[in-house]
Amino acid sequence: MTLDYQIDGPENEELTKPSQGGPLGADMERRDGRDKVTGSACYAAEYRPKGLLHGVLKRAPGTGAVRLSNAEDVGTIPGVRLVLQDERMIRNAAQGTAGEAPVQGVSKAEYVGQPVALVVAENFETAWHAANRLQISCEGASLPVLPENGEVDDDMQEEAITGEPATAFSDAEVFVDETYTTPALTSAPMEPHAAVAEWHGDRLTLHGSLQMLRYNRLELADSLGIEPEKVRLRAPFVGGGFGSKLGISADCVAAALAARELGQPVRVVQHRRQVFEVNTRRSETRQRIRLAAGRDGRLTGLGHEARVSNLPGEEFSEPVLQGSYFAYAAPNRLLRSDLVRLNRPAAGSVRAPGEAVGVTVFEVAMDELAGKCGIDPVKLRLRNLPEAEPGSDRPFSSHRLADCLTKGRDSFGWDDRPAEPRQRREGEWWIGTGMAAAVRVNMVMPAEARVRLTPEGRAVVETDMTDIGTGTYSILGQIAAEGLGLAVDDVDVCLGDTDLPAGSGSGGSFGAASTGTAVWLACEEIRREIAGRMGCDAQELTLSDGHAACGNDRRSLPEVLAGEPLSGRGKLEPGEALEKVRQATWGAVFSEVAVNDVTGEVRVRRLQGTFAVGRVLNQRTARSQAQGGMTWGLGLALTEGMAHDRRDGHIVNRDLAEYHVPVNADVPHLDVHLLEDLDPWAGPLAAKGIGELGICGSGSAILNAIHHACGVRIRDLPATPDRILSGLT
Amino acid sequence: MRPFDYHRPETSNDALNLADEEAAFIGGGTNLLDLMKLEVMTPDQLVDINRLGLDQIDEVSGGIRIGATVRNSDLADDARIRRNWSVLSRALLAGASPQLRNRATTAGNLLQRTRCPYFQDIDAPCNKRVPGSGCAAIGGELRNHAVLGTSDHCIALHPSDMAVAMRALDAEVIVRDAGGGTRTTALVEFYRLPGDTPHIETTLTPGELITGVHLPVPAGDRQVYRKVRDRASYAFALVSTAAVLRMENGKIVSASLAFGGLGTMPWRNEEIEALLTGEAPSNALFDKAGEVLMKEAELREGLEFKKPLAQRVLKAVLTEATQ
Repeated sequence: MTLDYQIDGPENEELTKPSQGGPLGADMERRDGRDKVTGSACYAAEYRPKGLLHGVLKRAPGTGAVRLSNAEDVGTIPGVRLVLQDERMIRNAAQGTAGEAPVQGVSKAEYVGQPVALVVAENFETAWHAANRLQISCEGASLPVLPENGEVDDDMQEEAITGEPATAFSDAEVFVDETYTTPALTSAPMEPHAAVAEWHGDRLTLHGSLQMLRYNRLELADSLGIEPEKVRLRAPFVGGGFGSKLGISADCVAAALAARELGQPVRVVQHRRQVFEVNTRRSETRQRIRLAAGRDGRLTGLGHEARVSNLPGEEFSEPVLQGSYFAYAAPNRLLRSDLVRLNRPAAGSVRAPGEAVGVTVFEVAMDELAGKCGIDPVKLRLRNLPEAEPGSDRPFSSHRLADCLTKGRDSFGWDDRPAEPRQRREGEWWIGTGMAAAVRVNMVMPAEARVRLTPEGRAVVETDMTDIGTGTYSILGQIAAEGLGLAVDDVDVCLGDTDLPAGSGSGGSFGAASTGTAVWLACEEIRREIAGRMGCDAQELTLSDGHAACGNDRRSLPEVLAGEPLSGRGKLEPGEALEKVRQATWGAVFSEVAVNDVTGEVRVRRLQGTFAVGRVLNQRTARSQAQGGMTWGLGLALTEGMAHDRRDGHIVNRDLAEYHVPVNADVPHLDVHLLEDLDPWAGPLAAKGIGELGICGSGSAILNAIHHACGVRIRDLPATPDRILSGLT
Repeated sequence: MRPFDYHRPETSNDALNLADEEAAFIGGGTNLLDLMKLEVMTPDQLVDINRLGLDQIDEVSGGIRIGATVRNSDLADDARIRRNWSVLSRALLAGASPQLRNRATTAGNLLQRTRCPYFQDIDAPCNKRVPGSGCAAIGGELRNHAVLGTSDHCIALHPSDMAVAMRALDAEVIVRDAGGGTRTTALVEFYRLPGDTPHIETTLTPGELITGVHLPVPAGDRQVYRKVRDRASYAFALVSTAAVLRMENGKIVSASLAFGGLGTMPWRNEEIEALLTGEAPSNALFDKAGEVLMKEAELREGLEFKKPLAQRVLKAVLTEATQ
């Protein structure tokens, strides 16, 4: 029995709603936390099937036609079993939800660092050494690697014009016209991408580190040229993904090919440097923002033009404009994005694709406008909130930005700030505050889940959904406990296995709401069956404390089940809601920073986020998600950026010593306020995305605070000491 | 990684006798092992010096002697060091992370290799790694690179914080050879500028072992270490300055200054010290010192910021040390 549900409109009266004060929403520690910190959670590379061999991917040191000049010699190194060069190997990881093989082939390298061979040996050290010994020559004309040299791909252009923006710009009483740049960024998950491939006849089982198994299975099967039914993927634990594990990765395909050829299981773990190179990075961006306003700060026109890049053959374009479609009202609008083709490592989704860099930059421009108008930055934003989505006039499913702005402002103590920059000094340090709005589109993806109720009255949740460190095990357990009136400890959760019903996968902040709703629907299906057995309507049934009650009839679940298990399946489809309303999540971030007048160093003293993200499923994991996002925002503002070599485009700083993610010493106490926002268009759970929202405003709150502190406006990210210093006098 | 032999001798003599031309001594291994995994360094033998009894800090006449395998964290925490050579303690604590400092040794820190990403990339030409192959850094992406003491063959930066403080403290390296002979060498003589042989970084010869470092009684009681980096911890210096000063009657009577983040070796410029000595502190004097420091700096694209940053930091350090 499957309960199908499509979100076509506001809440469905036939579906049960979660209760207040139940397991759902509670502040609960992660149920897998202990396994993780004690090391008993088994990650992909930790599977050790008998006869396991070890493979190492070899990178192209240049671009052009690839030749392996000493493969035979390397093959004779004791312990080496195979030097594999197979045209089915993939050039880079697949894009999220591709569902088919990405660009394949090893005879030609299209970016420096592309995997072009796999060396397999009896132990890792031998394979690594042999891969280092393998000589690769690349011959070909030099390829464009600098954005100014790349060719614009007309097919990838995005443009939306409303009204007459050109006139609005030329007639503006107050006008901001600035260009900003953001560097390429990496996902930097803690666990490197890894695969252990095992064949049983013509059936492949692959333990991988992947975010979206239902698509990854199709991508892997297509890459190998076999039927998806022959592929089983397992990923019960994933040590972070942040977009880099959305699509099938080079280690998986190479491990599967080698294992097939050798008739033994093969493990391939990406080296940290490969994690940077062979998956997908966030494109660098150049963004021109134009804001036309009256002296009262009311926007009459806005322009957001972006240039991003990607490798030839990739269909992904960093959706920089995504937040600009709906964040602010302005009758005249120009939104435009161009993509240039570059032979740098492939670009793809990195946490909060689009808004992470688009909203961040736009919110800096809004701060510039506030300064020019002499209006408080919070008031400026409140003055420009749209009634409906500009351009389309679709209503918002819920709009909580004003609430976030005012609640955040009040709890931060914003109104104490001097209006002008460079007013507060403590020794060498300039002190300032800044704020930004945060918006992020809310997405729902198809998802299925099964819930089984055992005759003893325990529940088992089953889906191929992944937990990439977000707390999925915990919240799905809470949802089923809520739906079936059980204690959370009476619910087991099985994830990360394509033998189970296909969940949404993790990505785009849609996992919890999409797969969570599928679990809720599966529970509803069970409720209906139980109600039938009790002879009442599902709406009249109460499930609590392991008992079912209808009126005066109250029975224990084992009694109702009478020795037979019960199973329900839930299936969620996005539906027409996507068309009928603009659905988003909302936030406001406030920050206080200190800027050193001697060195240009920045210390973030306070970072406060107020977020409206639908129903909060678990206070603790939700807060952690928000804090993680805010930390990303801090890194985006202050420390992170890939350096591409100007001659061949390769990533120069491709390890975690030289690519600077924030360390603990950079991150202050992160103050998170979650506003309950039961969006009626978000299905029976009213849950929405949370993971990415924190990134979308935090960086600009910090950049704006830097300006308020010391008067230096940073338009080229990140705000490293040298960039701030060049503005300090 | 390339196969190698591993020895763990009990005496310095045994260590020296075991080590052949291609051997490397290993202390904490925090840098060497990383580079071996990358096959940037490929010694055929590792001779572990952790059992040679070189882990003591001893007061000796005229100063203090720090054993080669004293851990960075132990050295930073030593009460005598914190009292009389505080600039060293501060420099150590400004480097790396607690986990790394718990392993890293005194001698290993002196000998740590550059963080130049092209040096660490076996697919890139590098005169330091493969003599004569060229320098990929020149014309490439620069940030952690040197602006002083560079050559057309190499612009690799010496990354140590500890060695900067030691340079300001007039440290001497104690070296023992296979014949049992011992020599001491001032740091300025110990390090070599890259010139056209950037692969030869010190005057240490094969068959020699650093057994310790001698620090004389410091010439100044006013000691400051200041480091600027791209994040608040666990990053190499964009610029750092160590100062050891003595003041009498409102005048600087002794000044010893060393710099990190600038040179191909821990940098010191006696001209600045001569300029400061005998003078009363003033902004004009400190500005002049900054001019002298960066007079010969080669500011390649991406490194222009080092000049103003180094000058501002020097001025702030001198101001702090003379107040």
